[in-house]
Amino acid sequence: MSVPENLLYTKEHEWLRVEGDIGVVGITHFAQEQLGDVVFVELPEVNSKLTQGGSFGVVESVKTVSDLYSPVNGSVAEVNAGLDAAPEQVNTDPYGEGWIVKIKIDDPDALKELLSPEQYNELLKEE
Amino acid sequence: MPQDSSLKHTPLYSVHVELGAKIVPFAGWNMPIQYAGLMQEHLAVRKSCGIFDVSHMGEVEITGKDAESFLQNLIPNDVTKLKDESVLYSPMCYENGGVVDDLLVYRMAQDRYMLCINASNTDKDFQWIVENSKAFDVDVANISDRTAQLAIQGPNAEALIQKLTDVSLKDIEYYHFKIGKVDQVECIISRTGYTGEDGFELYFDTEKAEAMFRKVMEVGKEFDIEPIGLGARDTLRLEVAYPLYGNELSAESNPLEAGLGWTIKLDKDNFVGKEPLAASKEKGLEKKLVGIKLLERGVPRSHYSVTKDGKKIGEVTSGTFSPTLGLGIALALVDKEYSKVGESLNVEIRKQSVPAEVVKLPFVPRSVKK
Repeated sequence: MSVPENLLYTKEHEWLRVEGDIGVVGITHFAQEQLGDVVFVELPEVNSKLTQGGSFGVVESVKTVSDLYSPVNGSVAEVNAGLDAAPEQVNTDPYGEGWIVKIKIDDPDALKELLSPEQYNELLKEE
Repeated sequence: MPQDSSLKHTPLYSVHVELGAKIVPFAGWNMPIQYAGLMQEHLAVRKSCGIFDVSHMGEVEITGKDAESFLQNLIPNDVTKLKDESVLYSPMCYENGGVVDDLLVYRMAQDRYMLCINASNTDKDFQWIVENSKAFDVDVANISDRTAQLAIQGPNAEALIQKLTDVSLKDIEYYHFKIGKVDQVECIISRTGYTGEDGFELYFDTEKAEAMFRKVMEVGKEFDIEPIGLGARDTLRLEVAYPLYGNELSAESNPLEAGLGWTIKLDKDNFVGKEPLAASKEKGLEKKLVGIKLLERGVPRSHYSVTKDGKKIGEVTSGTFSPTLGLGIALALVDKEYSKVGESLNVEIRKQSVPAEVVKLPFVPRSVKK
């Protein structure tokens, strides 16, 4: 599966889509494939502060658990409450219905530190 | 994905890759951890059937006139209770009572047995068995490399395998076997497994593994067969509370505390590890392996602490999200006073103390042929 061109990425396999001053965040197709069947996502509180590279939640799959790392500094604007009832959306539609949080971005300059689709593709080749 | 070339491959490695399996290193082997997805595979075994490549497992042949007395001394369970074509589960212990491995004993004849042992322990076990055989007139042979093993498990397993053999499968009882042809290949056809479902484990010549696997898959179509990876193998065994070496059992564990009391025959004349085990039983066991069910959302994992009123009283040995029950379950070794069914405990999951309860084992009823 190809890496979507309109997103930015972290080395920990989160993606971020910029929508004005909001960043929509989820985990990549590769990440969900590595985790296997997701059984729940531990979401942060709305308005909580996130720091770039800091852990803000957890994805539990049947066989393993993985931290979620914030791609940017900001505060949580919205969480995907639909994941409570349907956590498998992280597997079936990681870039769509399986989004995890929307973050109000404090510092748009820091987006430069994220990986471009090309760079993320390179990273995947090494995995 | 780069592969570590020091890892061994079962004869079915290329078939797994062809089937789109995700391959991971396990016990020195490159093994399929999942194909279509753990949850789907797990439920297929519970509802229809699945095929597992377990050729990484070790097999050791014990032959000679002292074979029975040798094994009777080597392991705590009672080998003299075995008849030809029957199977016995037992741990194998060190002198101090710790566990070398857990294994199956197949009796072909009074002077001929086969042991099935864990992949991760094959070399260590073989060495241990040879060392302990010096005083006995037996030959010990590691036949792991020439032995393939496939497990076909689930409610449809018998009907499927029956299509490939003239051996009357309904006449093979649980923990019994017959030697006969499956798809023209001589096999040990054993009514055993590690899933809690009815099913068979087939042992046969490695050279025939690929043809056999493909044949079972082909004939299995009408029985809704799916290939099953090690991920679902683990969740299946955990739901029915079968122990796993490295988790519930280890060189440090006391098999009496780990729930294997039923296999430790302290009334036997002697066996390796008898004295310390008898002494620990006499003294009273300090811990007990229990089943724990989470009362709130969460997935317990091995080594998570189990607490009571904030005090650590044990540790999770194996934990998972149960695909059948849809909640977090765990086996945990806890202080005996907190081991009663219904006891309220907590499992420490990251920074949260998640309420849990001791429940009766197994978590999911076993459907093996009795």
